[in-house]
Amino acid sequence: MTTKLSANDLTLFRGERCLFRHLSFALNQGELLLLEGRNGTGKTSLMRAIAGLISFEAGEIFWGDVPVLSDRQAFHGALVWMAHRVGFKADLTLVENLRFEANLRSQSGADFDEVLHRLDIDRLKRLPIRSLSAGQQRRVALARMLLSGAPLWLMDEPFTNLDREGRELVVKLTSEHLDMGGMCIMAAHQDVEIGSNAQKIVLQ
Amino acid sequence: MWKFIHKLASPPHFYGLAASMIPWFVVPGLFLVAYGAYAGLFVAPMDYQQGDAFRIIYVHVPSAYLSMMTYMIMATSAGIGLIWRIKLAHAVAAAAAPIGAWFTFLALATGSIWGKPMWGTWWEWGDPRLTSELIMLFLYFGYMALRGAIDDTAKADKSSAVLALVGAVNVPIIHFSVEWWSSLHQGPTLVRKGGPAMDTAMLYPLLAMILGFTFLFGALLLRRVRAEVLYRERRTRWVREMILSKGT
Amino acid sequence: MTGDAPAMLAGMLGVIRRDLLLAWKRPGDILNPLFFFVMVAALFPLAVGPSPEQLEFSGPAVLWVAALLAMLLSLNSLFLSDFEDGSLDQMLVSPVPLPALALGKSIMHWLTSGLPLVLISPVVAITFRMPASVTGFLMITLLLGTISLSLLGSIGAALTVGLHRGTALLSLLILPLAMPVLIFGARTVSLVAAGDGVAGGLYFLGAYAVLVLSFAPFATAAALRISNE
Repeated sequence: MTTKLSANDLTLFRGERCLFRHLSFALNQGELLLLEGRNGTGKTSLMRAIAGLISFEAGEIFWGDVPVLSDRQAFHGALVWMAHRVGFKADLTLVENLRFEANLRSQSGADFDEVLHRLDIDRLKRLPIRSLSAGQQRRVALARMLLSGAPLWLMDEPFTNLDREGRELVVKLTSEHLDMGGMCIMAAHQDVEIGSNAQKIVLQ
Repeated sequence: MWKFIHKLASPPHFYGLAASMIPWFVVPGLFLVAYGAYAGLFVAPMDYQQGDAFRIIYVHVPSAYLSMMTYMIMATSAGIGLIWRIKLAHAVAAAAAPIGAWFTFLALATGSIWGKPMWGTWWEWGDPRLTSELIMLFLYFGYMALRGAIDDTAKADKSSAVLALVGAVNVPIIHFSVEWWSSLHQGPTLVRKGGPAMDTAMLYPLLAMILGFTFLFGALLLRRVRAEVLYRERRTRWVREMILSKGT
Repeated sequence: MTGDAPAMLAGMLGVIRRDLLLAWKRPGDILNPLFFFVMVAALFPLAVGPSPEQLEFSGPAVLWVAALLAMLLSLNSLFLSDFEDGSLDQMLVSPVPLPALALGKSIMHWLTSGLPLVLISPVVAITFRMPASVTGFLMITLLLGTISLSLLGSIGAALTVGLHRGTALLSLLILPLAMPVLIFGARTVSLVAAGDGVAGGLYFLGAYAVLVLSFAPFATAAALRISNE
């Protein structure tokens, strides 16, 4: 097993407030990292910072041996992020949105229909995102993750708005992803049972 | 070298250093301005065209020069702060902007007062340098407004730095386009091929004023940067210790 | 920057295609600035009076100021919806270099606000009794000038996205930077109308557009990262 993602001595501020100091972790292929903590402890901020949207006050993140900031494109090519807001255009249809994502990632999009079918959203293909329910939109965000083919998944509260079936689907998809050597960082305030070797970071 | 710069740029170190540097700016500054003001107002001969009205250049020219220089200082330190992530540089940029705006305003006001006897009007759109100064003032306003609109200091620093750099690229172009737009003003008399065209009795006080203003500007900038640093570091240990040790 | 050229191009075209599609579904976003342009231009004759000489004389200036304001009006929404619905986040973590996406947004802004202004300007020019030969030059200067304005304006829009009081602030940031474009654009048309040479003004507008093109996408990208922190 090789260490792909490692973080050294991270310190993060939001405004004047220090969220955490001296946080380190390492993630190997096939591993899951759970971020836990009550509301406002900085789970989302940490995730945004790992994705490169916020800069750390101190410390660095490495993808392989390379600092993330020195080769942003390579790192971003390897990650896909399921954020709190789904990040789709409400006026465009499901397919139009996913096609735009495909453009950004230069993917082939061959297994498009199969993925939509698996997530049970293939009949919504031609509908604008606006007319989908919140849970259905989360499923489209899951489709984005599957289609991206990225090894590193960042999932911020992936169970929000999903029904029981949907939550089970998230667990199943994530386990499969880990089994295939993928990695996942997940923020959740409920207990998650995925795989066997999950690391945990509890933010205070 | 790198270490030295980081030590220099560390807030507590700079805060002390700046305090000891300020007198070195204030004393020569006051001396030069006092000489320049006296020689400019009483010793220098009357201009044969403009009469005594020309004497306002002893305030106007240094202000106009400093309004440009301050912008360049602001943009340079903002750029340094953005690229090398030196917080002190951002503090310098933040402290410089209001000074620059005031010098720009002073240049505009004195230019306008000068214009009244010269052109018979308080404001002459045909004068490219006055118009440039006006746009300069707008640039400062934009910079300060952007800073004021962002609550988070670190974010305000970076956003305004981008704006300052874009502005710095545009400043020469604005000057050029305003020059092209109109050419009514008298040409530059200070720097000219084959030496200045000005009488030395007029010139020396002017140079003294420019230099003196620059020194005083330095003192003002240092003082404002100290205040800025103190404000930004208000929650740190060194500030608390410093205040407690003074026993007030 | 390591991104390969085809990926950058694909990303940029993707942004343009997506936003054109959005504009197609909401034509008001394009039409409102156009109406605004026509209305501002109509304000001047109403305020100044119908004297033909005065209209002919002030036509280039009025059209240029109205165009500048109309461009400014449409800039505010350039990144706003991307910021609000989270798609800006997704663009920032995409493997395409951000300047390419920023350039795509600027091009898109020009296609939906600059180009329509250029196309409608002759109609408004007629009401100012502008001769056909002068109108041609008006269109050329607007064409070159609006490119610079879209690029420069993107920087301002990126800096102010997510801030309260965004619109007024945006104008305050962009108007001083836009002065050279206004000066050269409007003065060149006035000079043509007066029967003078124009090459200098056109060269300037062209050179300025190239200069702005060389730095604006990078500044916009940097500003977007900062604003979205």
